[in-house]
Amino acid sequence: MGTFKNHDTIILNEIEAPQIAKKALPGQFVILKANEMGERIPLTMADVDKKKGTITIIYMIVGKSTRLFSTLEVGEGFQDVVGPLGSPTHIEKRGTIVCVGGGTGTAVLHPITRGNFEAGNNVITILGARSRDYLILEEKMAAVSHEMKICTDDGSKGIHGFVTDALKEILDTQKVDEVIAIGPVPMMKFVSKLTKEYGVPTQVSLNPIMIDGTGMCGGCRVTIGGKTKFACVDGPEFDGHQVDYDNLINRLTAYRHEEERSEECMFEDENI
Amino acid sequence: MTKKERRQIPRQLMTERHPKQRNKYFDEVTLGYSLKEAQLEAARCIQCKDPQCIVGCPVSIDIPGFLEMIIDHKLEDAIGKVWESTALPAVCGRVCPQEIQCEAVCVVGKKAGREPVGIGNLEMFIADWARSNGVKNKVEIAPKTGRKVAVVGSGPAGVTVAGDLAIKGHDVTVFEAFHKAGGVLLYGIPEFRLSKDIVDYEIEGLRELGVKIECNSVIGRTYDIDELLDEYGYDAVFIGVGAGLPNFLNIPGEDLTGVFSANEYLTRANLMKAFDFPHYDTPIIPGKKVAILGAGNVAMDAARTALRLGAKSVKIIYRRSREEMPSRHIEIHHAEEEGVEFELLTSPLEFIGSSEGRLAGISCERMELGEPDEGGRRRPVPIKDSQFFIDCDLAIIAIGTKANPLLTNVTEGLELNEWGNIKADPKTGKTTKDRVWAGGDITLGQATVILAMGMGRDAANSIDEYLKSLGKKGKNEKN
Repeated sequence: MGTFKNHDTIILNEIEAPQIAKKALPGQFVILKANEMGERIPLTMADVDKKKGTITIIYMIVGKSTRLFSTLEVGEGFQDVVGPLGSPTHIEKRGTIVCVGGGTGTAVLHPITRGNFEAGNNVITILGARSRDYLILEEKMAAVSHEMKICTDDGSKGIHGFVTDALKEILDTQKVDEVIAIGPVPMMKFVSKLTKEYGVPTQVSLNPIMIDGTGMCGGCRVTIGGKTKFACVDGPEFDGHQVDYDNLINRLTAYRHEEERSEECMFEDENI
Repeated sequence: MTKKERRQIPRQLMTERHPKQRNKYFDEVTLGYSLKEAQLEAARCIQCKDPQCIVGCPVSIDIPGFLEMIIDHKLEDAIGKVWESTALPAVCGRVCPQEIQCEAVCVVGKKAGREPVGIGNLEMFIADWARSNGVKNKVEIAPKTGRKVAVVGSGPAGVTVAGDLAIKGHDVTVFEAFHKAGGVLLYGIPEFRLSKDIVDYEIEGLRELGVKIECNSVIGRTYDIDELLDEYGYDAVFIGVGAGLPNFLNIPGEDLTGVFSANEYLTRANLMKAFDFPHYDTPIIPGKKVAILGAGNVAMDAARTALRLGAKSVKIIYRRSREEMPSRHIEIHHAEEEGVEFELLTSPLEFIGSSEGRLAGISCERMELGEPDEGGRRRPVPIKDSQFFIDCDLAIIAIGTKANPLLTNVTEGLELNEWGNIKADPKTGKTTKDRVWAGGDITLGQATVILAMGMGRDAANSIDEYLKSLGKKGKNEKN
């Protein structure tokens, strides 16, 4: 396993997992557990190297587990890595596809964008982030896109504004066959709202809380077109126009207090 | 001791922790027999000529045989006798519904006012004795056959198949999706009924028989069945993946925060040890007022878990009456002793949320029992205008599980029934797919640990027969 840090809080791990690498397809995820006491965390694979037998995950430190993951040095390992999980992205030649990535969602978007590029689609990529420091995989995304736009909330790079501003401009000026949006839930919600007005099919990748990731608990259930689906087996990708985003946001905050407490305890332990 | 003297011994009760103390901790409720109690209980067995208890046991343990050895204080022989038939005696002694199996047919219990021999308690005693004295399973392993078998799932069915085939000299690998082996014994049945150390110990015993266990392997994703057979050189596959997909009620508000499947709640608490949060990293919402929907063993487990996590009140909500409750009587009794309340003849209509989208209560209606249905149970019928509200901040849905389609969806040639269970020959476990057997809940729907083990035993025999028909592995065969 290799680790390098390209930002203070955004971490990339390349993990040796030959069997997962052999089977993984774009859009699929793995579940990782750092150690004996650890919890199971789902992360969508950003890259796969079948020859080397490795998979790559990119994540932001947001709580105890991701902080724990980030402390792993090259040569150390996760105790448990399981996958590939979830249904792969359906990729085919459609025409013009706009791939919209927000924050670390870009990592998830990368293999899907590459898949669409290789399938012969005209790929336009929009990357958004809080500021230039939070932009990731710019070069890799540019290599699999015919056109790329960058947006930052604070204007420190590219367009000063949200990804939806850049997307609207494209939708107003040309025919788009599909939009794929992956990032924070509010971003996916607003992209879907916009594309619905234009009648453009939109795929999003959802990130609900998961435990097993194999369909046995329903912890990751989401409401799609009024029906309950398990994101770990039916997804994680869904029709963006059918998702109940407010419910997803609500369910994602279920353990807010416990998550804070867990991270606090981690710092207390370090002080001992 | 004469027969008459034997008949006069009352059934020995196992010591249990006090309900008002034990409902705060996850320690095991029953403390087991002392040697003296075990010998007294074993002496109640009249050593029948034609022991029906062996017939009543799905894995045919020689019950009078090991009981006699306990009386004679030949404890190592006694556990050896049990191990001839099962690799999981500490588990079975604890979780088998003996009242409908071995003990149901015990002659001693046929006389009015007499209770059957405590076979389950004695099995638990001898297994616990072996564990605490470090006695290892010395069962004889047949010479290596060179034949490879893949077992999918490490629950009771898979573990039985793996143990049996290893003893017969085959090279067995068990594939488990979770990070630890044991299936429902680990994630489903709580610590206070079955300590996880016991499950780990009995799984370790399997490794000592030469079985390899590969965790974090989701068959259907990480590997496919055909890949195992054609690429990795397995001669046969046994599928024992259970029925792990939870049923939901499909009523409004089910997606509110605070509504869980029992599978999720119990997995967090048991497998992930969320009861020890933040020492362990997985959180759980403990709940102050908890409602459990359903009345099977899983519902009792969830209810008693919620109590131990600090709930002030726990209510079982069930649409029929007490007589129809599918749980074991002992579990209902334990739950009641610990303070679980029963809201019977009650059916949930809707989960009601607070302004923050968290569960605030359940709108219910009262039921009455009408005509019997196809299964012979009286069908519950709603009473008009009987709606009422149950105040709760946590609801756990325990209305059963069904087959998980993850594996069956991607495996060609496996015929399923209308509920998505794999069709398998009831005698051999043979499926419609060449070289593939199945057993346990994935074929039966949700059943019991011991039934899964019994089916595992039959499938192992059938697989062994098939492997023998292939002959010893030739040098020119692909490995």
